[in-house]
Amino acid sequence: MSELKSLEDEAVVPATPEDPPAAASPKKASMRRRLEEISELTGKTVGQVRATDPYVVAENVNVHYGDLHAIKDVTLEIGRQQVVALIGPSGCGKSTFLRCLNRMNDSIESARVSGRITLGGQDIYSKDLDPVALRARVGIVFQKPNPFPKSIYDNVAYGPRIHGLAGDRAELDEIVYTSLERAGLLKEVRDRLDEAGTSLSGGQQQRLCIARTIAVNPEVILMDEPCSALDPIATARIEDLIDELSENFAIVIVTHSMQQAARVSRRVAYFHLGMLVEVDDTDKIFTNPQHKLTENYITGRFG
Amino acid sequence: MNDSAEPSRGTRGRMEAGLKRRHRREALFRLAGLLATAVGIVFLGVFFVSLFAQGLSAFKQTFVELDIEYSEEILAPGGQPDLEYADYDSLVRNALWKEFPEVTDRQARRQLARLVSAGAGFQLRDALRENPELIGTGQRVPVPVSADVDMLAKGKIDRAAVAAQRRLSDRQIDWIDELSGQGRLQTRFNVALFTNGDSREPELAGIRGALMGSLYMLIVTIALAFPLGVAAAVYLEEFAPKNRWADLIEVNINNLAAVPSIVFGLLGLAVFVNWLGMPRSAPLVGGLVLALLTLPVIIIASRAAIKAVPPSIREAALGIGASRMQVVFHHVLPLALPGMLTGAIIGMSRALGETAPLLMIGMVAFIVDVPSGFTDPATALPVQIFLWADSPERAFAERTSAAIIVLLGFLLLMNLAAIIMRKKAGRQW
Repeated sequence: MSELKSLEDEAVVPATPEDPPAAASPKKASMRRRLEEISELTGKTVGQVRATDPYVVAENVNVHYGDLHAIKDVTLEIGRQQVVALIGPSGCGKSTFLRCLNRMNDSIESARVSGRITLGGQDIYSKDLDPVALRARVGIVFQKPNPFPKSIYDNVAYGPRIHGLAGDRAELDEIVYTSLERAGLLKEVRDRLDEAGTSLSGGQQQRLCIARTIAVNPEVILMDEPCSALDPIATARIEDLIDELSENFAIVIVTHSMQQAARVSRRVAYFHLGMLVEVDDTDKIFTNPQHKLTENYITGRFG
Repeated sequence: MNDSAEPSRGTRGRMEAGLKRRHRREALFRLAGLLATAVGIVFLGVFFVSLFAQGLSAFKQTFVELDIEYSEEILAPGGQPDLEYADYDSLVRNALWKEFPEVTDRQARRQLARLVSAGAGFQLRDALRENPELIGTGQRVPVPVSADVDMLAKGKIDRAAVAAQRRLSDRQIDWIDELSGQGRLQTRFNVALFTNGDSREPELAGIRGALMGSLYMLIVTIALAFPLGVAAAVYLEEFAPKNRWADLIEVNINNLAAVPSIVFGLLGLAVFVNWLGMPRSAPLVGGLVLALLTLPVIIIASRAAIKAVPPSIREAALGIGASRMQVVFHHVLPLALPGMLTGAIIGMSRALGETAPLLMIGMVAFIVDVPSGFTDPATALPVQIFLWADSPERAFAERTSAAIIVLLGFLLLMNLAAIIMRKKAGRQW
């Protein structure tokens, strides 16, 4: 539902204040500029949509929320052990695209997904694929830390428990400790595993959510603006964590911070009005963007 | 300088004038709120004071000590004691006549006998059953007085009134005063009120039958309405497709919650009693009717509680690969449980106080026996209050209030249970 709302906001593309002071009325100038931008949206993605060792492959994905065409013909490959950042102005569809990758959009009734998304060669929207099993393979970390109102231990143990990953208590303990360790949280919570997960600080909560996600040993981790509710120190910790995790997982991260995208990702995809405008290696995007819209966005002249 | 300060002073002046008005309004609103609260509290106070002033005396009963002779002549006329059908009343009568030997004519003796409750004989029977060796001996036993004497002792009969307008004659009052002068009258806790069923004699009437009837009914109601209501709420909130049918069902449930309760009584009479042939006056049928009555309340409260569970928790569970059923049972229900319990208790409280539908299914009958099961004829507390309030005897007036106090106590107990359960359910953060 909230997704829908943010997409409606899309119609109002904010006029940039640092506009070149035109001699004529600034309103007219901004209007002209918008028209230019829209004409530049040809629907064809520039840059490199293909990855060298693709693991998640999205081909011509379209998403509709009722009458709203939220994602328009997006093709993107994500490599094994690769961090891909999705950037773009609010409501451009990057979160929607992210949620297609583990079928979280299924829970929104009006959402319709067409096109083809494969995970390791397997069509994730095929009839015989269970979304429940898929979500164990493609974990997700949300914008706002959302630990369960249970103990820290139970938060991490929940996934392994429902999927039956641990044979006995010792094995479960092992999974919980390793996951917390990998999420860089174990040192801080070792002595209070039976305390409420919600009693932790925001940054700790987000790392707990990451520990919860990696406890079921996924192949891909999706992160939907994981640091937007955190302070810079907690953000830095999460970014370090993403670096470490990328050795084992493919990670797709949605972010509003260009610096963050530059710091953590190997490739960057720029979304605009539901279209994938440009994808390329991170340094190339930030130093030499091909598309005018991308350039406007990363230089802060837009959105 | 002055020029630039001028407009700002104008704005501020206007704002200050408006501010004064805003503060005045706020003060007025607060006063109104305070007044409303005060009126509510005053009414509640008046209600409680009058209730307890009327009802508290019903928890006390006056007894008179009599020298009872367990004579073999009366108890074992054929030589063999027949404790079941012996003439216990004449034991009591004889004791009274011995107390006042000067009373000899039949009418006066009958008046004398009326001082003591009909329950005195039963009391002697129970004592003898427990201890048959008493036969042939004598004992000073406190026995309950009749309701009218009890009223006199509690000061609820006006001695100054004309004798014809009093329930007790001058002679009877003299006898009572004489016994009282000897210190033979005593007030004790009215155990009969809690151990007896209904009775035509106020001093023998108790609320146990009604209490048990209400209890059986509530057991049926909660056992049916809570699981059904929660299941319906979970289905409607979490699984049902959101379409025109769902809207229609929602509107109907909301309307059902507002249907007058007597209509449910008629439904129960038609369906459960007449069509399905269930017994009349049974707590089972009453419980079924009350379950129908509370179901919409529980569904509405449960849906609200489920809606209040943050969607982020659902997403977190879904995102980790929980099935929708696991999301509901592991996360949504535990978090919604306190709200659901509150709804259930509100529904139960309403069911406990409900009278009208029970009248339709025959639970208004005069039933002396305490029900011992779900299909025994029974009545309920509010119906008992209604029946007693309708009785002309003065002693029933105080019993009516006493029954109301017990009903309120029952409600309080239920709410307490709800609070405890809510605390327990809410402890998992």
